[in-house]
Parts: sequence; C-alpha cells; structure tokens
Amino acid sequence: MNYMHKSIEELHEDLINGQVTSEDLVKEALEKTHEVQEKCNAFVTILDDAKPGDVTDNLLSGIPFGIKDNYSTKDILSTGSSNTLKDYVPFFNATAVENLYKAGAIPVNKTVMDEFGMGGTGTTGHTGAVKNPWDLSRSCAGSSAGSACAVASGVYPYALGSDTGDSIRKPAAYCGIVGYKPTYGIISRYGLFPFASSLDHCGVFSRNVRDAAIVVDAMKGIDKNDMTSWDSSNIHLLESLNGDVKGKKVCYIKEICDIKNYENPTEELKLHLENFMNVLENIKKLGIVVEEVSVDKKLLDAEPSVYVAISCAEATSNMSNLTGIIFGPRGSGANINEVMMDHRTHGFSPLIKRRFVIGSYILQKENQERYFKNAQRVRRLLVDTWKKLYETYDAVILPVGSGPAKHLDGSKDILTKDTAVLEEHMQIGNFGGFPSITIPDGFINDLPVALNITGNVYDDANVLNIAYAIESQMNFKNQIAKEVK
Amino acid sequence: MGKYRAVIGLEMHCELKSNSKVFSSARNSYNEIPNDNVRPVDMAFPGTLPVVNKKCVQDALMMSMVLNCKQPEYMYFDRKNYYYPDLPKGYQITQMASPVGVDGHIEIEVNGKRMPVLIHDIHLEEDAASLDHYFDTSCIDYNRAGVPLLELVTEPCLSSAEEAVAFLEHMRSAYKYCDVSEADTKKGQIRCDVNVSIMDMDAKEFGTRVEVKNINSFGNVYDAINYEIKRQSELKSQGRYDEVEQETRRFDEESGTTIRMRSKVDAIDYKYFVDPNIPKFKIEKSWLEEIRKNIPLLALERKDKYMKDYNLSEYDAGVIVKEKEYALYFEECLNLGIDAKTASNWLTTQILGEINHEEISLKDFYLTPVLLKQIIDEINAGTISSKQAKEIFYKAVEAKKEPKSFINSDMAQISNQEELTKIITTILSQNETQVEQYKNGKDNLFDYFVGQVMKETRGKANPVLTKEILKKELDK
Repeated sequence: MNYMHKSIEELHEDLINGQVTSEDLVKEALEKTHEVQEKCNAFVTILDDAKPGDVTDNLLSGIPFGIKDNYSTKDILSTGSSNTLKDYVPFFNATAVENLYKAGAIPVNKTVMDEFGMGGTGTTGHTGAVKNPWDLSRSCAGSSAGSACAVASGVYPYALGSDTGDSIRKPAAYCGIVGYKPTYGIISRYGLFPFASSLDHCGVFSRNVRDAAIVVDAMKGIDKNDMTSWDSSNIHLLESLNGDVKGKKVCYIKEICDIKNYENPTEELKLHLENFMNVLENIKKLGIVVEEVSVDKKLLDAEPSVYVAISCAEATSNMSNLTGIIFGPRGSGANINEVMMDHRTHGFSPLIKRRFVIGSYILQKENQERYFKNAQRVRRLLVDTWKKLYETYDAVILPVGSGPAKHLDGSKDILTKDTAVLEEHMQIGNFGGFPSITIPDGFINDLPVALNITGNVYDDANVLNIAYAIESQMNFKNQIAKEVK
Repeated sequence: MGKYRAVIGLEMHCELKSNSKVFSSARNSYNEIPNDNVRPVDMAFPGTLPVVNKKCVQDALMMSMVLNCKQPEYMYFDRKNYYYPDLPKGYQITQMASPVGVDGHIEIEVNGKRMPVLIHDIHLEEDAASLDHYFDTSCIDYNRAGVPLLELVTEPCLSSAEEAVAFLEHMRSAYKYCDVSEADTKKGQIRCDVNVSIMDMDAKEFGTRVEVKNINSFGNVYDAINYEIKRQSELKSQGRYDEVEQETRRFDEESGTTIRMRSKVDAIDYKYFVDPNIPKFKIEKSWLEEIRKNIPLLALERKDKYMKDYNLSEYDAGVIVKEKEYALYFEECLNLGIDAKTASNWLTTQILGEINHEEISLKDFYLTPVLLKQIIDEINAGTISSKQAKEIFYKAVEAKKEPKSFINSDMAQISNQEELTKIITTILSQNETQVEQYKNGKDNLFDYFVGQVMKETRGKANPVLTKEILKKELDK
C-alpha cells in the first residue's frame, strides 16, 4: 500500500494507529525519490541512508520531507545548485530545518533549484534542468523547482522552498500544489543561503492548505541568530483554520485581471483569466465579498524593473563571500585576486553573472540615486498601495502567471511584454514581506493553473483561512501530478 | 617649510572592549591561537547573519557624546563592498549614512594650550581578519574578523604633528577613562590614517591632500606627518607642486618615509548600501540619558578639578591624569583620607618612579592606597621620619609585605621622652668639652649633639623630640 500521497494529518493518524511505520514511509519516499529523479531530475542529493524517526504527538514526527538545496543542512551536502558550492557540506543547520528536526521530521532529499534561487525556470542549477511532472517537456518554474516537482509527484507531503520573487508560489502554480510564503521574519532566515536579504523568505510546498499551516507552525519562531525574525508565539496557523470566511473581503486588480488589458491574448491566457473570474464568482457563495479595484498602471508596470534592481543589487553583495577561499573549490591563479576570479568565473552560470553585473552597476556611486534609490522608492509606493488596500480588504486575490507551465525549450511560448506584470506581480508580496499563498484553481489543457492570495503582514492566519475555505470549495486539494501525453 | 601652513585630518580606528564581537557571538579577546575566536558568521559561511552587539552600540554612543557629536534618531548599518582575502563576507558592515555621531568637537591640550578639534563623525564597524604573509604563502586569522571598531574622523583642522599626536593621546586617554577600550597601540588596538596637505600661509583653498594609511603608533603618526609636510613643502618651493598628487601612501618605518600605494583616481567604489539584515532601530532618548550619566570625568576635566579643588600644581595634576589608573589611585587615596598634596607627592615621585623602573602597570603594583596609608599615618603620628618612610616603602614593595610589619619591629622611632632623655644625658656627660664650648656661644655644636644621638640610636630617635630634649638639657 502507498502512503506518500496522503496529507500530514492522515499520515500521522496512520503512524499513531500503527498502520504504517516511519521506516515504511522513509522507504517509500526514497523509492519515489529515485523514480522522480529518473524522470524529472528534481534532486541534488538523495539521502538513501535516511533513518526513520520516533512517532510522537507532533504531527510531523516520523514523516519524510524534502529540503531545497539552499538550506544549510549539517553533514548533508548543500550546494544552492551552484558549482561554487558543489562539495560544500555545512556544519550547522538552518534554524527552520533545525525546528523541523525538533518536530521529528525526516529529511530524505535535497532538491534542485535555480542557482542560488536566481531564476524562474528551474533550469539553471548545476545538476541540470528540472522537468514538470505533469508534462516532461515543460518547466516547473523556479527557483524552488525540485521541491515543487517532488511534492506534486507524491514523494512526500511537503518540502521546503524559499521565495525571493515568487520562487515558491510560481512553481506551486505550475505543479498544481500549494505554495506558501509567510510574513517576512516569521521564519528565521539563518542558514538560508541569501539571494536578496530584504526579499528572501522561507516557505513550504504542500498539497493542501492545512499541511502548509502545520509545517510553518513548526518552522517559525523568533531566532537569536536572525535580527529580522520576530516572536510569533501567539500565532497558531493550524488552529486558526476554521473555514469561516463569511464577510471577508478580497479584491482583484482590474489592470491585471481584465483580459482587455492584453493585446492579442493567447488562448491560454483567455482561459486562465476566465477560469479565475469564475472562481471569484464561486467564492462569493462562501460569503466572501469580492471587489474589483484599480491600481495605477504606471506603478504596476514599474514593478518588474524594481525587482530586478533591488534583487540584483543585494545579490551581488550577498554572494561576495563566494570566493573559494574559505569554502567551495579553490580557484587557481598567480595571486589572490586571480584565485578568487577563477573561482567565480568557473563557478557561476552566465545568468547569475549577468545579474551580478546589473547589481554592481546599479550600486555604483554614480548610478545609485537613479536606479537603486529610485527602485526603493517605487518599492515603497507599491507596498503603500497594497497596505492601503488592506485597510479595506483582507487580501488581494490574483491569477498566477499567464497560464500553465512554460515549455523547457521556450520555443513554443509566446511571450508578450504586456503580460510582464501578470507574470511578476507576486514579487510585491516580497517587497512588503506580505503573507502570500498560491493554490491550484483549475486546469488548462490538463495542466494546472493557480490563483494567489496575499494579505497584510502578520495576518497569516487570515490569509491561510481564506485559502483554506476557497480550497475546500474546489477539487484540487491533494492532487498528485498526472503526466499528460 | 616655514612659508607654508599644513592642514591635517585624522582617522583613528580603535578596537572596543566587549565580551563578544560586534555582529557575532564569538569572543572578543586577545587570543594567541589563530582562528579560535570564530563563529560561522565570522567566516561568512553561507546563510549566516549579523546580530548587533548592544553593548558595542552603547559604548559607541558614549564616545559620540564625549566628542559632543549629534546622535542619530535611528540606527542602522551599511555594507561597504570590496574584495579582499581578509574580508570574509566581501563587505564590511559599517556606518555610512547614519553614524553614531556627527558634527562634534573636543578640547585638547597642546604644549599647555587648549584648542578645539572638530569631529566630522564617529562610526561603529567591524574589523577584518588579519593576514600573515610568508615567503610563498599567506595565512588568514579570523580571530580579528568582526572585532568592534570605532572609527573617528576629524575635520582637517590640525596644523602640526604635535597637535595630531596630542589629539590621539587625548582620545586614547578618553577611551580608557570611559572604559570602552584598552586602547593599546602595542596590541594593534589603535590604527590611524592621516591626511596631510600644505598651503601658502595666506591661501584660502586647501592644497592637494595626501592620505597616509594604516599607521600603527603615535610616533609613526608624528614622523609620517612631518615627512609629508617636508616632502610636499620641498616640492612646492621647487615649483613642482603639481607632482603632489591626491593619492594614498603608506608609512615605511625603517626609512621614516612614506611610499605611494595608489592614486585617488584608482579609488575603489565601495557601493555602500544599507544592510538589510539589520533592522533599523530607534535610539530611545532615555537610553541616551542613561549612557550620558555614566560618562566619567576625562583627563582635562580631572586636571582642572585637581588644581582647583586640591591645589595641585599644574605639573603634578597633569602627570596624575595622564593615565586613568594614576587618577584612580590618587582618588582612592583621597577617599581614604590621605591629604591630596601628600598623595600626589607619593604618587608622582616614589610610586611612578618605582613602576616605571619595574616596567609594571600601577594596577599590578603591590602597594595599594590602603597600604600606602599605613606609612603616611605613621609619619603623621610622628612615629617615623620621612626618610624612614621611604625606606619602609621600598622594603614593603620589595618583600610584598605590609608596611606595618616593618614599622612595628626595630624600625620604630624612639619617641619615648624618658628613654631619649637618658640617652641624651649620657651623651652630654661624655662630651663635656663640647658642652662647654656650646655654652660659650658655639651654637653650631647643637647639630653635633643631634648627630651623636642619631649615631647612638642608629637614626631611630625622633628628631623633633631629640632637639627638644637636647635644648632643654643644654640650657640647664
């Protein structure tokens, strides 16, 4: 009998009842890992020697899970999917991982990502591209591609991701599962390899909202090693899921959701937006008030560039520790500068180097005001706009991307400039540190599509509860990827 | 030289005293074992984050107040980005936009004259690792990486090497009085950069500024400044001032000269930006008030007080306030009830002489104020002479035994009237001829009799009492 398609609560019950043991679960998760690795190339490291754990009252005890390869895991290779750390075995655990270990969770693999989280395709990791389990010719999106792929494939009920732009919430959408990035600082970033510190969030993939709540309940907590973490001991996410959303107000943004905004929309885009509007119509039956709001198009259009400016600037500084002197493969050269340069030249993929160049350029004294400072000002304007919406609404609800997963070779996708905001709007969740969750909301040509719910900071319980209610109304909960032929 | 005026600005880096480093929980202490005071963040292992040490911020704010700077409403830190093997993160966490202090001033004393020095800013930052270069390898020691550093930057308001060194000495003393740093140049805890330019006496605009970086002693600061003034002045007098370039040089101790490192044109763009890992935090007024309350009196303030309240000479007061431990010793003496002048005399002569001779710190000196008081009390009681007191002092210091133990034995003065009268009458009866001559007007024989008494008692006779009795006996 198979178990790994089940939810955390179901698995816990089976474990407590003695119907299955942790050992069985670990064995099954590892078998599935190897199958998925064969098909999708989702893992950097498979922990074949993973040991089962004791089953306690904790819902996560004895249950396998996956970890994105940018979490520092003690004695386990942690590469960030980069050649610069291809042999790096840390000697300390990320706080979020440590918290899950304390809950009794069992890691069985480290998942592939875009190199250091910088990318949205899952194709730039040093071990190669990750394929979408629904359609192997398509990408999972990124950067947390391997984690999304594994959870969607039923390797385990959940896996850790990280999200700087939409690195959890986009892949979750393309893989037909739940992706949740909670409020900035509720989970410690200590031990998470940084991409852009002011935007980086830890988070989780699962196949239903309750599981996401259970996992984040375990991962979160103030951490003396992360000054941006805060005390959330009064927040109990699982307990607050009651499905009662009567009178809750959500809004969607006309400039993003109205098909009339798009010249020559693709068939997929039409279906995607149509489906989204249908879902909105349906959720009114739950007692949720749905309203359309309008946001300055100019401001929205600036969003993708703001993200590029801030994320690249912070990234170029954050990754300056990768010199091959203390860790990572030592470069060669006649002097120390050549040694560092050699390490970085050979270690990083071209995409990352391009972003470093952009970041350095933006931070140069003569460019800071024009690019970096202005980007920060627009970031503030966008965050203030969203905060203003939260004075009236519990959440902003929007479609994710312009349709289902993109093709790996990219040739079949028609990319138009006018969908940029539709593709990138979830980055606003990172600008403001807002709790943000993606849940599947339908299918286009048998491929999953999704919607995203983003609320105000510290309002995680409310956001999750709305997601939980909407999820309960639809039939995509706990779905496992079925490969389309 | 002579025709020109020098304009000097200083940057002074001082390591702060603290249990742990400024952004790391690793110990901040001198450690001979390399890479021992190290936590993952000190070597920038991926995923590590800085955590601000509040004590360091507090000490930095105190120094900001000492320098009469303005403190910011919010505190945050910036990243200074550059690649160097001693900089594990590839950036230094420092303060650029909102330092702990700006626009300050402090009064110093140069050759007995007081002058203000203007402070551009003072900021808190982390030190880099230290590098040891060998023939074909270099070793990195991360013990120093992350050690708290306070960097203060003066305005270009100094005009001579004397003023520069006086300022540095004054600040070193201030750091020590405030107990925020050991401020020991020998341990490399203070490092300076100097900016020197020259200009015509009547000129309005500054000349070309040359920076001499990373000077590790005040003596070298003095030499570097004078060398630069001389070098630049000579070029200027020869009509070759265009050869003075805006550049960074280093001081070569062996030759006593400065050597060009790089031109300002090649200056690195440090791409400063606010470190997102350290949330901006508000500096509460109440906290500042608390810190201000704990600022001790500094050297010059103490000097004024000693002269005014205790009538010490300017010279003695100056000697005592020079080191915090001297001042503390002096003040403890006063607390014990020792007369200020007496305490000052003992401290500035015997005690400083002794510790300088032995090359020890006053903190390690055996004779504490309490023990010193034993000697002074005996002098005041008239039981010992000042000559004896000095002897007891050295005996006590040498044997590391309480002065009391020397006073109670045969060192004690003979102050017993009866005993002394007996000795004196015996001596007078043995020197009848001299007594006769004395009585016939040879007054200076009085000292002869005193000498005889001292000889007989091996110097232990109370001199005052001896003279008193002698006079009485001779007048009989």
